[in-house]
Amino acid sequence: MPANSVLRVSYFIQIMDETKRKRKTKNSYGQIRAESLFKRTLVGIGAGMIVLVLGILFTLIVESIPSIRHLGARYLWGTTWDPVNNVYGAAPFLLGTLLTSFLALIISIPFSFAIAIYLGEYNPKGWLSSFLKNTVELIAAVPSVIYGFWGLLVLVPLVRTLEIKLGVLPYGIGIFTASLILAIMIIPYAASLGREMIRLVPSPLKEAAYSLGATRYEVIKNVILPYTKSGLFAGILLSLGRALGETMAVTMVIGNTSMIPTSIFAPGNTMASVIANEFTEADHTVYLSALIELGLVLFLVTVVINMAGKRIIKKFTTE
Amino acid sequence: MNVNVKYRVGKSKGVQALIVFFAFLITVPLLLIILYIFREGITKINWTFLTKIPKPVGETGGGIANALIGSALIVLTASVLAVPLGIMCGIYLSENKTGRLSYWSRLSVDVLQGVPSIVIGIVVYFWIVKPVGTFSAFSGSVALAIMMLPILIRSTEETLKMIPFSLKEAGLALGLPYHRVILKVIVPCGISGILSGIMLSIARIAGETAPLLFTAFGNPYLNINLAKPMQSLPLMIFNYATSPYDDWHNMAWGAALILLFTVLLLNIITKLTTRRWNVQL
Repeated sequence: MPANSVLRVSYFIQIMDETKRKRKTKNSYGQIRAESLFKRTLVGIGAGMIVLVLGILFTLIVESIPSIRHLGARYLWGTTWDPVNNVYGAAPFLLGTLLTSFLALIISIPFSFAIAIYLGEYNPKGWLSSFLKNTVELIAAVPSVIYGFWGLLVLVPLVRTLEIKLGVLPYGIGIFTASLILAIMIIPYAASLGREMIRLVPSPLKEAAYSLGATRYEVIKNVILPYTKSGLFAGILLSLGRALGETMAVTMVIGNTSMIPTSIFAPGNTMASVIANEFTEADHTVYLSALIELGLVLFLVTVVINMAGKRIIKKFTTE
Repeated sequence: MNVNVKYRVGKSKGVQALIVFFAFLITVPLLLIILYIFREGITKINWTFLTKIPKPVGETGGGIANALIGSALIVLTASVLAVPLGIMCGIYLSENKTGRLSYWSRLSVDVLQGVPSIVIGIVVYFWIVKPVGTFSAFSGSVALAIMMLPILIRSTEETLKMIPFSLKEAGLALGLPYHRVILKVIVPCGISGILSGIMLSIARIAGETAPLLFTAFGNPYLNINLAKPMQSLPLMIFNYATSPYDDWHNMAWGAALILLFTVLLLNIITKLTTRRWNVQL
């Protein structure tokens, strides 16, 4: 009996061991499988991003084929946009986009550079600078439809009074108003990037200039600005990319006419605002496809500008 | 000589004054916008405004309940779609700093960040709305999710890059499998940075209108079916603001106030709670 029980116990232990070992091996097989599954999922999602971007490009190209085939390259410099007679020329919108964006850029540059220099050089720490920094970030956070609404009901009457004083046709809405709104919206991008860049200026350079008796302005002009030139340029490029693609605020205040704008106070249209206005009304293939071709042009232009900006920043920060 | 020095110092002071002036001038438009919207909007907001759906033009009363619920649903669905994908992709990019696939993947995220929102709207229209045959809230969520992805990926990647490599080594040395090291050690260490990325991305898309124009489309009635067109706050502000009716302008002011304060609040909360994580966006 005792021998038997010992035997039984040892047998039992053996079985326990075996099941434990089995479970363990099975478990670690499971772990290995889970591990490789996890790694493969990560790679799949990483590749998915490439597929997503290529898919966007592909869809835009495929859907604009009817328009490319029907209109060819004439599309880009045609000056009449007349869906009723099936004539599509994108020149008014290309011109409108360029005008609003560059005007906005010119208005915004003094502000964004001033903010960048103030936060990066004059007053990098303290409550006043963090107040300004947070304000700038909140400006970037306000939804564009709210800028548009405010612009439509507050800025448009102001511009109209200005136009009456200047003696031009008082539309109120138009390219100038859109540029003003856009300028406010894009200041944060160039400003925060410029601040980062100015912070990167090595202090020995500045100290050397100060020790030679340079004033603060001279240090900024002769040391900081030349050193951060390319970084500041990249910031301008990124805000230009932002301005080109901005839709809602511009759509609400630009006036939406398909004429070639005759002055900066005239109403016009940008690529993005035409798409927003006419996409759901487009009732035949070529019309719809002409709008998508605008989207394709917009996509390509913004991608090139953004990539150029990011390349410059990368080069600047690694040097 | 002395005069020259005085001139240079004076010039420096003058430029400084000019820069300070221009730098702080930027606070003016923000204050004007916030004050104006607050003044116009606060009188319109009451219980009916928040709980009723809009009435036809000419009748007084009515509210924006459909837009509030619709916005919440669309943004929630977009987050459910984008957050897991975004975090996983961020992990992938932070784990694979070199390599051809991760280079192209990172480049694609950069490209995606710069794509104008209206283009995403067009593309999602052809991916979902056209094959299905109807505008739907779900397609709107997909468009917003695509817009969220780059922000999520960037913030996750930047946060995880800052976590010391020794933590990962310690986990692996204990025999933990790779996925558990990532999910149980690395991600919890960076969770506050990742959370701030999530909140910022929600704040960014909550006010987006352009991608919803051809996807969620808008709806004057209350709808909670994701397969049908749905109203959202920004869409409603756009439609009402560009209408000629004063009643609708008034409702748009109220809606704008709610939207503006939600977005600003989300930004401020994120900033206060996650100040120590220097997330780059």
